[in-house]
Amino acid sequence: MSEGSPIFRLEGVSKLFPGVKALDQVNLNLYPGKVTALIGENGAGKSTLVKTMTGIYQPDGGDIIFDGQSTRFSSPQDSHKLGITAIHQETVLFDNLSVAENVFLGNYPRKHGVFVDWQAMFDNAQEILISINADIDPKANLGGLSIGQKHMVAIARALSIDAKVVVLDEPTAALSHHEIQELYELVDQLKSEGKAILFITHKFDEIFRIADYYTVFRDGRYIGEGKIKDTNEAALVEMMVARSIEDTYPKLEAEIGDVVLDVTSLSHPTEFTDINLTLRKGEILGIYGLVGSGRTEAMQALFGASYNVSGQIRIDGEVVSINSPAEAIQYGIVYVPEERQKQGIVLELPIYQNISLPQLPSLSKRASVDLDDELTLARRFGERLQVKTSSWNEQVGNLSGGNQQKVVIAKWLATNPKVIILDEPTKGIDIGSKAAVHTFMSELVQLGLSVIMVSSELPEVLGMSDRIMVMSEGRLVGELGREDATPEQVVTLATGGVVS
Amino acid sequence: MTTNTITKKSRVPDFLPVGKLNKFVRWESFLVIILFGVCVLNSFLSPYFLDPWNLSDATFNFTEKALIALPMALLIIAREIDISVAAIIALSSTIMGLIAAQGAPLYLVVVTGVIVGGMCGLCNGLLVTRFNIPSIVVTIGTMSLFRGISYIILGDEVLKDYPDGFDFLGQGYVYWVVSFEFLTFIVFALVFYWLLHKSIFGRRTFAIGNNPDAAYYSGISVNRHKLILFVLVGLMSGVAAVLLTSRLGSTRPSIAMGWELSIITMVVLGGVSILGGSGTIGGVVLAVILMGMVTFGMGLVNIPGIVMTIIVGLMLMFVVSLPVLISMYKAKRQR
Repeated sequence: MSEGSPIFRLEGVSKLFPGVKALDQVNLNLYPGKVTALIGENGAGKSTLVKTMTGIYQPDGGDIIFDGQSTRFSSPQDSHKLGITAIHQETVLFDNLSVAENVFLGNYPRKHGVFVDWQAMFDNAQEILISINADIDPKANLGGLSIGQKHMVAIARALSIDAKVVVLDEPTAALSHHEIQELYELVDQLKSEGKAILFITHKFDEIFRIADYYTVFRDGRYIGEGKIKDTNEAALVEMMVARSIEDTYPKLEAEIGDVVLDVTSLSHPTEFTDINLTLRKGEILGIYGLVGSGRTEAMQALFGASYNVSGQIRIDGEVVSINSPAEAIQYGIVYVPEERQKQGIVLELPIYQNISLPQLPSLSKRASVDLDDELTLARRFGERLQVKTSSWNEQVGNLSGGNQQKVVIAKWLATNPKVIILDEPTKGIDIGSKAAVHTFMSELVQLGLSVIMVSSELPEVLGMSDRIMVMSEGRLVGELGREDATPEQVVTLATGGVVS
Repeated sequence: MTTNTITKKSRVPDFLPVGKLNKFVRWESFLVIILFGVCVLNSFLSPYFLDPWNLSDATFNFTEKALIALPMALLIIAREIDISVAAIIALSSTIMGLIAAQGAPLYLVVVTGVIVGGMCGLCNGLLVTRFNIPSIVVTIGTMSLFRGISYIILGDEVLKDYPDGFDFLGQGYVYWVVSFEFLTFIVFALVFYWLLHKSIFGRRTFAIGNNPDAAYYSGISVNRHKLILFVLVGLMSGVAAVLLTSRLGSTRPSIAMGWELSIITMVVLGGVSILGGSGTIGGVVLAVILMGMVTFGMGLVNIPGIVMTIIVGLMLMFVVSLPVLISMYKAKRQR
C-alpha cells in the first residue's frame, strides 16, 4: 500500500450484538479515487460494517479514522456531515414524492430559512442527475420509475451532499444487464472525481471489472486485503470461505419419469401470454428471463397467487383449478419466492413455527397445535437442510440470508410436494449456501420431485437445468436442451433476438 | 479469537435454556407489579377496598368491556381494528329490546342479541376483506351506521320490558360473590387463551400479523381468517350487549357510548402491539383488571368521572412508554 494514504480507515473495530460478535476487530482502508471491494459471505459482517461507517451503529471498540483524525459518529447525521454516504441494498425511497424531493430528502434547499426553495431543488436535482448521465425528470413522481431509475435516484441522493466516501452495498442486485453497465460507468466517473468508494458485492466479475483493492471478511473477522491486480478469483474464494469450491454446480443424474405438470396456454391480461410447459418427474426445468419478463408472475400464477389467470393446469394428467396458494399446496405445488423476507418467511416467528405454518392441521389434535409433533417436524427438516442456528426456537430474522432460505425450503419440503418452484433461489446468498442449495436441488430430483428453477444467473441456469425455457416480454420464446444450450443462445433469446 | 464453542456434531436444541430471572422479565410481570401497587394503594386509601363484595361489585364495571377486549386483541394482532364495537352493542341491545317487547322468550332474546352482533361483525369483515378498505375506515363508517339505526328505531324511547330471568345475566351471582358476568368473562378468557396460544387459529393469527404476504404464500386464507376475526369481535360484542342490557335493565340508543376507546386501551395496555404481530391474552386480562382496580379505587375516594378519564389516559401513556424509557436509559448507560 504505497501509493496515497487512505482517507477513511477502520482500525480494530468491533460491534457486539447479544450473543453475536458481528464485527470482531476489523480493519478497512479506503483510498481517494480508488474502488475497494468488500468481499465476504452473507453473515460476514458487511452490512454491519456499512451501518457502523454511516453512524447507524456505534462501534463497541476500535477507531474510525477520517482524514487522519480519529472520529466518533453518534448519529447518521455526523457521518453525513463528513461526506460519508451509503447506497444501501434496499434503497429507502418514497414512491409518492417527486424525484427531486427524494434526492434532497431531509436536506431541502431553503428560502428565508423556513420555506422550501422548490426552484433550487429542481435545478440542483437536474444538475446532479445530468452529472450521472441519468435521463430522469426531477419533477416526476418516483413511483412511476423503473427499478434501475430508482437506483440512479438513490445514487443522486447520495451525491447531493459533497461526498468523499461513497458506499455501494450490493448495488447491482436488482439491476438489468444494461443498467449495470451504466452503473460501472458512474463508478468510474466517481473515481475520477477523487471519491473513495467501497463496493460490496457477491459477484466476482464485478470485482475484477471495477475494483482496485479488496478486503475480505469472514464471520465478522478481517481476513486480509490487497490489490486486485495481484490476485485471482480462486484465491479470493478461498479467503472468503476458507475452502476451495471445485464444483459449484453439482448436477447429479436423476431418473426422469412421467409428466407431472402440464400447463397449457396460461395467460394473464397484462403480465404474460400463452405459457405452455411440461415438467417431468425428476426433472429440473430452468426458466431464464430478464427482470420484467413475466417469469415471476407466471410462476406465482401456477402457485395460485394471482388473479385473472386463464389456461389449463394438469397434475398427473388430471385437470385442476388452482385459485389460492392453499390449493396449490394441496396439489403438491410449492413456491419459494424471490422476495424471501417479504413473502417467504415470517421473520418475527421462530424457525419451528415457520416450518409448520403450511400444515398446521396435520400437526394438531382437535385444532390444538401439538408442540412435540411440530418440533419433531422442524428438527427433521431443519437438520436435513443443515440450518445453522442456536435452537429451533430462534427467530428467523436472526439468521443469515442463506439460512433463512434454507428454512423456506425446509418448510416446503416438509409438506411433501411434487413440484417445487424456486424463484431466484440463490439471490443474495453467499457462495457456501449457494452450493448447499444446488446440491440440495440435485438430491430433490433424485428423490423423485420435480423442480422449476427461475433464475437470472446464467451459470446457474446452464449448470443445473435439464431443460431451459427462456422468457421474454411475457412469452416463452424458446426451449433448449441441457446439451445444446450455450450462454450466447440463452441471452440472445432473452433479449428478444432469434437463435440462428 | 474464535468464539465457536459449540462443536458441529452437537444437536441443535429445541429451545435455548432461559435464565431463571429472564423468565420473569416480560410485560405481564410488569403489569402484575403495577396491579399489586395499585391494590396496596387502594387499600390504604379506603378501608372498604378489600371487602369481597366491594371487589365483586368492581368487576361489573369492566367485564362487559373485557369480553370485547379478548377478541379485539386477536384482531389487533392480525393488523386490523374494529372501532364499531360500542355501536354494535347499541344496535344489538335495541333489537333485543324490540323483540322482548313483542314477548319473545328469554333464550330467543339472548340468541338474537348475540347473532345481531355476529351479523354486524360479518358486515365489517366483508367490507374489509372484499373491498380491501382499511378496517379503521370501514368501522368508523359502521360505527355511525349501527348506532344511527338504533337512534332511528328508538328515538327518545327507552325499552325496558324484558322476559323474566333476564336480569340474572347481568346482575345475578352464581356462587357467593362470583357474579354470572364475571364467570362468563373467566370462561371466555380461557377460551380465547386457548384460541390464541394453543390453537391453529392463533398460530395463523400471529403469522398474519407479522407478515400477511408470507402467511398468504404459506397457504393461509388471510381474508377468510380476518373475516372470522371480525365475526368473533361482533359475536362477543353481542354477548357484551346481552350482559349490559340485563345489568342496566333498559336500552337507550346512547348505551355504551365511547366504549371502543377504553376497550382498545385495555388491549394496548395488555401489551398487544398496536402494529400487530404480538401480544398475549394473559396480558390483556391483567390490563383489564388493572384498569378496573384503578377506576374502582378512584371511585372509592370520590374522584369525579372526568378526572378519572384523565388519570386513565395518563396511566396508559406512562405504562406504555415505560419500557421504551427504560431501554433508552440502559442504552445511554452503555455508551
